[in-house]
Amino acid sequence: MKLPIYMDYHATTPLDPRVLEAMLPYFTEKFGNAASRSHAFGWTAEEAVERSREEIARLIGANDERSGQPDGKSIVFTSGATESDNLAIKGVAEFYKEKGNHIVTTKVEHKAVLDTCKRLEKDGYEVTYLDVDRYGMVDPDAVAKAIGPKTLLVSVMLANNEVGTVQPIAEIGKITRAKGVLFHSDAVQGIGKVPFDVNAMHVDLASITAHKMYGPKGVGALFVRRSKPRVRLTAQMDGGGHERGLRSGTLNVPGIVGFAKAAEIMRLEGKAEAERLVRQRETLKKKLTARLPEVHLNGHPEQRLPGNLNLSFAYVEGEAMMMAIKDVAVSSGSACTSASLEPSYVLRAMGVGEEAAHSSIRFGLGRFTTDEEIDFVARLVIEKVEKLREMSPLWEMAREGIDLTQVEWAAH
Amino acid sequence: MAYSDKVIDHYENPRNVGTLDKNDENVGTGLVGAPACGDVMRLQIKVEEGKIVDAKFKTFGCGSAIASSSLATEWLKGKSVEEAEEIKNTAIVEELNLPPVKIHCSVLAEDAIKSAIADYRAKQASRKKAAAE
Ligand SMILES: Cc1ncc(COP(=O)(O)O)c(C=O)c1O
Repeated sequence: MKLPIYMDYHATTPLDPRVLEAMLPYFTEKFGNAASRSHAFGWTAEEAVERSREEIARLIGANDERSGQPDGKSIVFTSGATESDNLAIKGVAEFYKEKGNHIVTTKVEHKAVLDTCKRLEKDGYEVTYLDVDRYGMVDPDAVAKAIGPKTLLVSVMLANNEVGTVQPIAEIGKITRAKGVLFHSDAVQGIGKVPFDVNAMHVDLASITAHKMYGPKGVGALFVRRSKPRVRLTAQMDGGGHERGLRSGTLNVPGIVGFAKAAEIMRLEGKAEAERLVRQRETLKKKLTARLPEVHLNGHPEQRLPGNLNLSFAYVEGEAMMMAIKDVAVSSGSACTSASLEPSYVLRAMGVGEEAAHSSIRFGLGRFTTDEEIDFVARLVIEKVEKLREMSPLWEMAREGIDLTQVEWAAH
Repeated sequence: MAYSDKVIDHYENPRNVGTLDKNDENVGTGLVGAPACGDVMRLQIKVEEGKIVDAKFKTFGCGSAIASSSLATEWLKGKSVEEAEEIKNTAIVEELNLPPVKIHCSVLAEDAIKSAIADYRAKQASRKKAAAE
């Protein structure tokens, strides 16, 4: 077993070696510009891009209604999900501005969605940020209630990047379709890992990125529904008119080929991989909670990403914990890990309490996680939590039976 | 974030972790911070004839908070109460090479020292008062 151990698969994933292999020729002998229509170099690149579109469409069930075949034309390539989220939300808001000015989203979205919405608010749009329950779950009824005559778009993520909660996308899709409102989902974290089908779930726009599914960084896609309804967008990047005018810029052909290979692997192996990850995740959780009291799960116990285990270790601060297990790469919702000194807004929206947020650790398991690593991490975490609790005045007070919520803390 | 070697040293080998008897009239206890803010320090001093003969801490907080309080206990031992009062957070920042986002950890350590001294003095004052009555 090699150290350090990577358990931060929500942040990014390593490239699958098969993906790298597929990409390599497109850096060297097949280097053409996919927009070059006049020679074989361009045609080769273009063919590769079109095949890639179909492979990505296939993964998310973006099939043409008549032929039943994957509709590659519904895939717009971008530089990643941040750009896809921006294009979807700003693109819809701008294109349909005569029709309305209201967007519905949730408090636990990624910043790529939240900050895009904030920007639109500055431009005069209205945004409703829906609450979530203590598991981080959005209530479809709340979505229905929030939709009004001026609502253009609902944006709800497939799965949360911090706590792994999987949202009821199919139910929300039913509502938005019935009300004639467009539905965007940031599907980055869940693609290939949990069920996602844009047709079955009535999703009209979906953001994806390659680097969270063992593909390269800097390439992503936006699915844009082409019929029933046909979604229109205002381009946010002007130039040579690539991607049918929706996103100008020379295509990142090696990146796109890698993205498609990653999608193919996910389509073929994702289900088995998810089952293995659920087993490893539950093993890790059981080992930790069997030995350590007062360890709390953040997020939904069942409706969650297979590889996500987000735990709060009461009376131990998250950053100190990460320092103690420095041979394991994880992340924390603790304030100390962010420049802002604010603890995770996702945990706050779930109402788990600031203390729990400061004590949270996200273990992100993935394709290359081994059982041996799970055992090692479990042992290390148990040892370090016990050590840090011995150093924690809160642990000592709690042992003495002092109710920490009744103490008058000198907040600073 | 990369930590300085001194922070790592104090974090991995914290000095003077522990608990003194808070009911001992020669012990001053300072409890500062709040769980909701992500750091709580408890710092205790034991004073004999005006000199700090022992100091202990327990800290809930990040590595820099633990290191700041560990360093504080090291500095307190052997000092007079008056000398201890002169310890400034800036000295802790300098010694541990704390980056700007961690300065609040040193401020908390200074607060903990002041609060422990205040508690000790309050105990002494009430003892004198009791003796006078
Ligand atoms: C849910 C979610 N949306 C969007 C993004 C941004 O993706 P990208 O890094 O491709 O811009 C991420 C990754 O950080 C994410 O987890």
